[in-house]
Amino acid sequence: MPIFSPTEFAKDQVQAVQDYSLLAGRSIGNIFGRPRYLSDTLLQADLIGVGSLPIVVLTGFFTGAVLALQTSSTLQQFGSLSLTGKLVALSMVRELGPVLTGLMVAGRNSSGMASELGSMKVTEQIDAMRAMGVDPSKKLVTPRVVSSVVMLFFLSIISDLVGLTGGFMISYLLLGLNANQYWTTAYQALRFGDVLMGLSKPVMFGFIIASVGCYYGLSAKGGTQGVGRATTQAVVAASVLILVSDFFITRLLMGFFQY
Amino acid sequence: MTTLAPPQEQPLPSTSHPGEAVIRFDNVAIAFDHPVLEGVSFQLARGETKILMGAAGTGKTLVLKLALGLLKPDSGSITVLDQEITQMREQELFALRRKIGMVFQESALFDSLTVEENVAYRLIEETGRITEEIHARVLEALRFVELENTFSLFPSELSGGMRRRVAIARAIITQPEVLLYDSPTGGLDPVTSNTIIELIVKQRDVYQTSSLLVTNRLQDAFTMASHYFDRAQNKMVPIHDGAQRDLHTRFVMLRDGKIIFEGTAAELLRSNDPYVREYLS
Repeated sequence: MPIFSPTEFAKDQVQAVQDYSLLAGRSIGNIFGRPRYLSDTLLQADLIGVGSLPIVVLTGFFTGAVLALQTSSTLQQFGSLSLTGKLVALSMVRELGPVLTGLMVAGRNSSGMASELGSMKVTEQIDAMRAMGVDPSKKLVTPRVVSSVVMLFFLSIISDLVGLTGGFMISYLLLGLNANQYWTTAYQALRFGDVLMGLSKPVMFGFIIASVGCYYGLSAKGGTQGVGRATTQAVVAASVLILVSDFFITRLLMGFFQY
Repeated sequence: MTTLAPPQEQPLPSTSHPGEAVIRFDNVAIAFDHPVLEGVSFQLARGETKILMGAAGTGKTLVLKLALGLLKPDSGSITVLDQEITQMREQELFALRRKIGMVFQESALFDSLTVEENVAYRLIEETGRITEEIHARVLEALRFVELENTFSLFPSELSGGMRRRVAIARAIITQPEVLLYDSPTGGLDPVTSNTIIELIVKQRDVYQTSSLLVTNRLQDAFTMASHYFDRAQNKMVPIHDGAQRDLHTRFVMLRDGKIIFEGTAAELLRSNDPYVREYLS
């Protein structure tokens, strides 16, 4: 068994960060150059956006519902049950909508991208593409990054809306709140900064999901076992990066809007 | 022996200058965990076919990948079609690679695309869709490899030999100036191997495409050196004893990352090198 070398480990990590940064940078730079793979981008948008809709709707609905259920008992102690709509709205729009949507799509699509590109890598299809004068970062990575960013933006909006509806169902049917009261407090609670925070996060998360998935796919080696490893690593890395970047975006925007 | 459809006459590329080097390796070395190639120097002349032989793991496939710029050497210089590629950026290499065709060891066909889309891949990249003209060219390329009825099939629906022939059609559809074959008959039965070799010989003799071919099968290598494609009979035929016909086919043998032999089939057979003799036996 080879002896573990901290130097080699550190070198590998630095190399991985460098490779990822270059791939991520190229995926953005390719948007401004030709050729543009519009049909590939639309195909990916369908796979990522429409394909993820059921899990995003389910996750959003039950998150909103459980949020209303959990907070109602606490709010009731202070006689503030009427604020349920406000609490659900702020939590969903600022935090839970984008983050849970990001995590769900990461689980579904980062893994999909890593396994698809990984399989292409180990069967020399990526090399064949390069050999035919086609840039894999333009053909495979940029369409996935663009469609992930765009579709996650809209999926988060849908998740927010469905979450609020879930919260409303609980508030109206179980807690006996007035519908007008719920929706008015929910609407009035939201400020520009809240909406901006909720809409800027999915842009970042979408980029992370696609770039991480593609990076692990394109770095896969070692046959089918390597593809499996790349798939797992992609989901873990994308999920962790989403949570870490969520913290920093939140902190940055909270400072900017002086919460 | 299968009978091939008559090839459509094609002139050589206008830049053709017989004898000039289209690929030149100068003292090329590359190592991974251990040195794989050390001081490899050779050149492939225009219109020439070089057959790379050697035991497994001697770096034959690596030579092809280096020639295509898919890998960079640690030292040395590689010139392809008058361009020094070791210092070229990936973006610059894409234009050069469009003049080169490569047949990968396991075909490397895109498994989610049909045979037609695979063969037309390069052309679709330029136009964005399959036009009437592209369709006709795909048909011509598939007819060359006798697979014109596989248009709408997926690679998974083809046999190993058929996949290899589709890969050849994909490589030749743009009439590249150089063709690189990585073990095109590896893992195939003798009959199918012979069909593939006949296609390669046909490409060599009809279009005079410069080629670098990696193989471990001595029989295939010597078939290429002793047969030519007769356009009148439309099939590959052996050279008669005493006939003066230069097939521009030479052998290169690698051992432990170094070239130990370079020459014609006759010179290879006369070689006194103990390793070459053992390899041939």
